[in-house]
Amino acid sequence: MGPPIHTVRVATCASILSGLFMMGAALAQPLGLPPVPVPADNPQTPEKIALGDKLFNDKRFSSTGEVSCATCHDPTKAFTDSPLVTSKGIKDLTGTRNAPTVINSAYFKLFFWDGRSLDMEDQAQHPIINPVEMGLLNHDPVLQIVRTDPDYVARFKKVFDKQGEQVTMKEVQQAIASFERTIVAGDSPFDRWHFGGDQTAVSEQAKRGFDVFLTKGRCVSCHTIEQDYALFTDNRFHNIGVGVNRIQKEIPQFAPAFLSAKAAGTDVDKAVLTNPKASELGRFAVTETLDEIGAFKTSTLRNVAVTAPFMHDGSLATLRDVVEHYNNGGITNPNDLVNDFLSGGIRPLNLTEDEMSDLVAFMESLTSPQFAAQKAASANPASCNVKTTVANSSPAAPASNSVSRGISAVALTESRNLPVSGGEGM
Amino acid sequence: MDIKYDRRSFIKTSTMSVGAAALPLTMVELAFAKPSDNFTFAYISDSHIQQIKGTQFVRNWDRGLIRAVAETNLLTPKPDFIMYGGDLAQMGNKPELDHGAEILSKLNGKVYHVMGEHDYYLDLGEYWSKLFGKQYYSFNHKGVHFVVLNSILTYDDWTFNRWPSAEQRMAEMAGLDNPNGSPFMVGDKQREWLKKDLAKVKKDTPIVVFSHSPLQKIYKGWNFWTEDAEQVQALLAPFDKVTVFYGHVHQIQYNQIGNIAFTSAMATAWPWPYPQSYAQAQQLLPKLTVQMNRADPFFERDATGWQFIDVNSGRASATFNLYNNTTRTVAFDPQAGHPKDKTYQDEDQRISPQVHY
Repeated sequence: MGPPIHTVRVATCASILSGLFMMGAALAQPLGLPPVPVPADNPQTPEKIALGDKLFNDKRFSSTGEVSCATCHDPTKAFTDSPLVTSKGIKDLTGTRNAPTVINSAYFKLFFWDGRSLDMEDQAQHPIINPVEMGLLNHDPVLQIVRTDPDYVARFKKVFDKQGEQVTMKEVQQAIASFERTIVAGDSPFDRWHFGGDQTAVSEQAKRGFDVFLTKGRCVSCHTIEQDYALFTDNRFHNIGVGVNRIQKEIPQFAPAFLSAKAAGTDVDKAVLTNPKASELGRFAVTETLDEIGAFKTSTLRNVAVTAPFMHDGSLATLRDVVEHYNNGGITNPNDLVNDFLSGGIRPLNLTEDEMSDLVAFMESLTSPQFAAQKAASANPASCNVKTTVANSSPAAPASNSVSRGISAVALTESRNLPVSGGEGM
Repeated sequence: MDIKYDRRSFIKTSTMSVGAAALPLTMVELAFAKPSDNFTFAYISDSHIQQIKGTQFVRNWDRGLIRAVAETNLLTPKPDFIMYGGDLAQMGNKPELDHGAEILSKLNGKVYHVMGEHDYYLDLGEYWSKLFGKQYYSFNHKGVHFVVLNSILTYDDWTFNRWPSAEQRMAEMAGLDNPNGSPFMVGDKQREWLKKDLAKVKKDTPIVVFSHSPLQKIYKGWNFWTEDAEQVQALLAPFDKVTVFYGHVHQIQYNQIGNIAFTSAMATAWPWPYPQSYAQAQQLLPKLTVQMNRADPFFERDATGWQFIDVNSGRASATFNLYNNTTRTVAFDPQAGHPKDKTYQDEDQRISPQVHY
């Protein structure tokens, strides 16, 4: 188990957030989640988290000065770029994959849809130099900025006790990862019902959906849950008949050709985001294991109702579409060809219409309150108002308008509230 | 050292440090006198294509064979040929054999066939032979003499006089631990043929034999057994290098008896033994009398697979492509004089068997 972690609560508008994080401050751990694993060589500190937050939002780390991490992992869109199908980087260039949410990614064991990155720290460096994401040729411009910008100089000095050339991408990546480890969210209606015992927290339909999830739907075998928490992912990779179906006739030629190119030095990170066919090879492009052709990481289901569209390629627009895809046994349209390399876990489910609706209702019960509020606010921006929100959500919470961008840190594992204003210079 | 391709880097790792031509597969680790004599073939077995009714077949078994075929077509360099190890069908009928043959027709390359008992005991191999040809034969390839035997025959009295219908004969032979069953054998006629066939072959020519049942005696109740195994082994004994590949057992086995190295094939259908504990839907698995817990039954391909075999200097190295599991390689170890599982050869690395009561 890692050291105690300072958890940051997130919301779209400052107003909603301030109410929620003040409520959350009293909780030891979001209901339904285990402690966040923190690597021993990168402990969490409030200053490091704040530095990571600033780095995460810094558009200067792109070739055009217009794209930051937050462009595709937008805190106001549940840390995705919903409703984009695939992400847009510099000059509106689109990649091949749907931006996965950062929420609860702290629990993943491998990063990116194909797991090509082994930890959160490593992950952070790649989009910066991907030609369709942030577009820098190398990390030098990032280092130039963090070594000279006075605010960064002061922060790196304070957080890492390093300055000048002592500041490297390692520290930059550690700070970003520390920030990302604070973006966790549980406390969903499902959690309050299943782990909290509140029978009224979810609808009867959602409860029936959970039963389908556990049994006939076969969902839980990959979207795993434990006795006292649920991450809804097995951290493994499966070919579920998405994306790879589009290239199946070409695989006999393309898969060996890709491996040739890889052996000759082609960068996998760049290839899979710029070449649609390479992208659909999935984890095979990383491991070259036949069993993983077209296989992608099992996503968490938490907050899935606010991160449409779905799947690694964003090809399914609604949760209903997702359920139907699985119900058809790994094909989106009942007449499509089943992929030759389909995971052995995927087979037709013969769910009824009601069972499919119930499953969707269950997935909709997995939205954490801050993102439910965010979604409600984005549907009706006028309602995003400090007083009404705070009054509705927590009478105890003072209005905290100083939160400027919707991120604030609260020490949840400590008994005292540690509200850190996000307003200062961020 | 003349490293051509590193197969293991393809299978196991993401860090490849080999030359530009490193492709899905095959590896020749050492340069032999004539590297051109080294070759690879693919080996798919035990698909048990099963008709439910009409054009409806058991999806799970279909998918296993479809996947093995698709993956075999990715092998690079291309295997010299593909061996199908028998039990293409479940109850031996025409629709099953036709459906299986149709799936196999997508393979790129020459396919050789071995007769399995599930292909045979309905019509005694008549339709199978129409589709695939001779039930036992031999051929030479790059200096290796290959022999294919029909090892699933049994006593004539059982075959011809005991059963009121062909369907019942098939069903009885398909059962495990069945007191009505009968042990497999190659039989006098084929052994006579084999003796003549081998008489033409020089003793230093590598011999590779394919049979459906093991040409060794493992467990009679499940016909992991060939009644005249010793007599067949005796015919093979004079040769320097002999390798026997067999299917039927749906699991990885290897053994050395005298000069003969044995290696089994995985099934594409289901593993033996396997659990029956997870049955939300009708599974159509044959009934087992001994329950064991090995595969994760959620992943229907778990503990199934197929294999490709490198032959170099007349010795074989079988690489098992396993789903939901780590790839394994069983290779002949010239120093030890028998096949070794490259991963699990050390005593302290072995997975101990589970205890069952």
